[in-house]
Amino acid sequence: MDWLASNWRTVLDLAVSHLYLAGVPLVVGLVLSVPLGWTAKRWSRTYFAIITSAGLLYTIPSLALFVVMPLIVGTKILDPLNVVIAMSVYTVALLARTVADGLTAVPDHVEQAATAMGYKGLRRLFGVELPLAVPVVAAGLRVAAVSNVSIVSVASIVGISQLGDLLVDGYNRVIWGELVTGILATVLLALVLDALIVAGAKVLTPWTRAAGGRA
Amino acid sequence: MIASLLSWFTDAETWAGESGIGNRLLEHLWYTLATMVVAMVLAVPAGLWVGHTGHARWLVTVANSLRAVPTLGLLLAASLWLRTLPGDLAYVVPSIAVLALLAIPPVLAGTYGGIEAVDPAARDAAYGVGMRGRQVLWQVEVPNALPLILSGVRSAVLQVVATATIAAIVGLGGLGRFIIDGLALSDYAQAGGGALLVAVLALALEGLLALVQRRLVSPGLSGRPVGGSRKDDEDAPREEPGESTVDLRTPA
Amino acid sequence: MIRFDGVTKQFPDGTVAVDDLSLTAPTGKITVLVGPSGCGKTTSLRMVNRMIEPTRGAIVIDGQDTARMDQAQLRRGIGYVIQHAGLFPHRTVLDNIGTVPRLLGWDRARTRERSRELLERVGLDARLADRYPTQLSGGQQQRVGVARALAADPPIMLMDEPFSAVDPIVRDQLQDEFLRLQDELDKTIVFVTHDIDEAIKLGDQVAVLRVGGSLAQVAEPAYLLAHPADDFVADFVGRDRGYRSLQFQPSPRLPLRSERTVVLGERPGEAGSAWLLVVDEHRHPVGWVEPGRVGDRPVEDADLHRGGTLARADGTLRGALDAALSSPSRRGVVVDDSGALIGTVLAHEVLSAIEDTDRPERDERDPVRGGAVDVAGEQA
Repeated sequence: MDWLASNWRTVLDLAVSHLYLAGVPLVVGLVLSVPLGWTAKRWSRTYFAIITSAGLLYTIPSLALFVVMPLIVGTKILDPLNVVIAMSVYTVALLARTVADGLTAVPDHVEQAATAMGYKGLRRLFGVELPLAVPVVAAGLRVAAVSNVSIVSVASIVGISQLGDLLVDGYNRVIWGELVTGILATVLLALVLDALIVAGAKVLTPWTRAAGGRA
Repeated sequence: MIASLLSWFTDAETWAGESGIGNRLLEHLWYTLATMVVAMVLAVPAGLWVGHTGHARWLVTVANSLRAVPTLGLLLAASLWLRTLPGDLAYVVPSIAVLALLAIPPVLAGTYGGIEAVDPAARDAAYGVGMRGRQVLWQVEVPNALPLILSGVRSAVLQVVATATIAAIVGLGGLGRFIIDGLALSDYAQAGGGALLVAVLALALEGLLALVQRRLVSPGLSGRPVGGSRKDDEDAPREEPGESTVDLRTPA
Repeated sequence: MIRFDGVTKQFPDGTVAVDDLSLTAPTGKITVLVGPSGCGKTTSLRMVNRMIEPTRGAIVIDGQDTARMDQAQLRRGIGYVIQHAGLFPHRTVLDNIGTVPRLLGWDRARTRERSRELLERVGLDARLADRYPTQLSGGQQQRVGVARALAADPPIMLMDEPFSAVDPIVRDQLQDEFLRLQDELDKTIVFVTHDIDEAIKLGDQVAVLRVGGSLAQVAEPAYLLAHPADDFVADFVGRDRGYRSLQFQPSPRLPLRSERTVVLGERPGEAGSAWLLVVDEHRHPVGWVEPGRVGDRPVEDADLHRGGTLARADGTLRGALDAALSSPSRRGVVVDDSGALIGTVLAHEVLSAIEDTDRPERDERDPVRGGAVDVAGEQA
């Protein structure tokens, strides 16, 4: 507690960086996953290819990806962009399947009704299918958020500052207060992001609450 | 960069001795195996029990909530706490303990979820034809849960491979040494080489386990899930064989 | 013989699923439990093999109280068929069928031989033996389910809505084959359905249960249709029960008239009436034509009106009336056992025959209830 009292400014700064490094990839990943997931759903032949490549990307350990990223995109090893890109890759890997499955779960009769009423292509996707897939996609986004926050701390090893610095520094200098603060702050950040996504999904899907009230 | 990577890989020094690729790879595999044995001995029976009896579902919830704790923090805290253990134990014990702790949730969730997801009609029929509890578990529930159990094991293995890499920071051997030491010495060829090796190892293990899964799981289950109603003509369509589609992974 | 002796099932949440049920399912007969959802029919069935334990009362099989038998042993001696077949997805069709024999300790070879025999018995192609359940249609799965239940030749079969998940045409076919099978096997069967038509078609005796799990009436199907015990049963057996009950009344000798016919492919000749019956070379009726439209050319397949049903001379009044009502000429076609034309009959002639018959009376052998209920609730 003493440690936190005298260092809360640092913690706050690091938390903001952490949020940036974990949060931006969530948005980027989500934006990229929608067309990928839609493609996978629309053309079932692409489903296997997309889901398999996503799965393989997901198997690459984070530390390895952070280190290899500069080789692939030509950035400097200490560039935070490496982490943002790597985390975006993980997010897409996780969400592409979620979006595909979420879209597939939209009942056929709803899609057909939408088509019959004259919805077409992108308007149908954004007007009918995506909104109905929100609950499934939100569930995937929650998993991605929690795992992103946890993984980003590893970036301290490659010299990118965020809450992980507290872990490494606390360990190196044997300051328990710092180490424990680092863990708790990371968990807290994950919970906050999780709660935000839950709240966002609720706002976007008013009908699920209506149904819940009736039951 | 590519050139220096190549020269690192082609340097005989890189491959030889205790700190060579061969030995580091063996260490990495050994940690993974030891961890998985510990984790499975604990998590598989627990998952079978929870799934079969429906008791103590909170165990799964507790295990799952572990996933929100940052791997790195857990690893460093455990090492700091146990740093007074003699010799190698000071980093091997906390590392393996944390690795096992991380491997338990996916294995537990996969096992429990697999048993839970067994078609209730099949379970009902199993009791109905006169199987006893254990027979239902081993002859019906486990074979049907196998795809999910193995998915859990696969994601645990990947998690362990990834976290064992990070554990080099507390002094553990394995391929992570190249990355940690390379970064410390600003020897990016070594760090990059290590990273590539770890990535290849993860992909290779994933492929291997996918093959194992294909061999172990009954072809009656490995077909892609069939949705909706089936046709009642005399020759129902054969389902394409493929993999089970449930995923329980979190990368580390 | 299976006897329910004052059986009650109350679930822990307080709902009473089955209320003081006393009923006997006679040996070698099909007893159908039928009723709306919530009437405890499935619960009653599942108490027989102790998938559910009764709260009060006893279920006695051939003099033995099931509560005192070993659960698994009891179940291995009772065939069990459920709605979605409940096949084991990880086992082949043959291994599914062999489940109980293996549990009973038969060796592999004998089990496989028996399983193949059953595969054929339930009308499945031997090539399906090594398939997995997901590769089968719903109807095929259900047949495998029946084969699995029959594998160890149990004297008793419990069937819980086995045909309700398949489409109507397949259901009809499965029901017919089930009756044919039962003719050969003479099992003691308890069969649960929510479909009164299925109950009447399959049951040697039908027990109607009401919501709350009490027995409303048990009787042979014909009697149930003719004498529903109360408003509930009357409602449940449905609007067309008068017509349906005709299916249990053998035709008396009907006044058949001879019918002028033309063989398919020949010229109709002089038009005697608006409709002319067409037969094939074996005098099997194939349809009706309107000679005015055919004119002088030979009768072709495309000229035929095929709407009419055929009645068997030794069939039921329902068959005869339906033949008359469905015939384009209003003359019902009656055939003999080989399917060859005997003559035709008019609807009013069938109706007079109906007026001359008595309504079905209580069967002396009715195994369950005394005569107390039948007059009281009878409807006009």
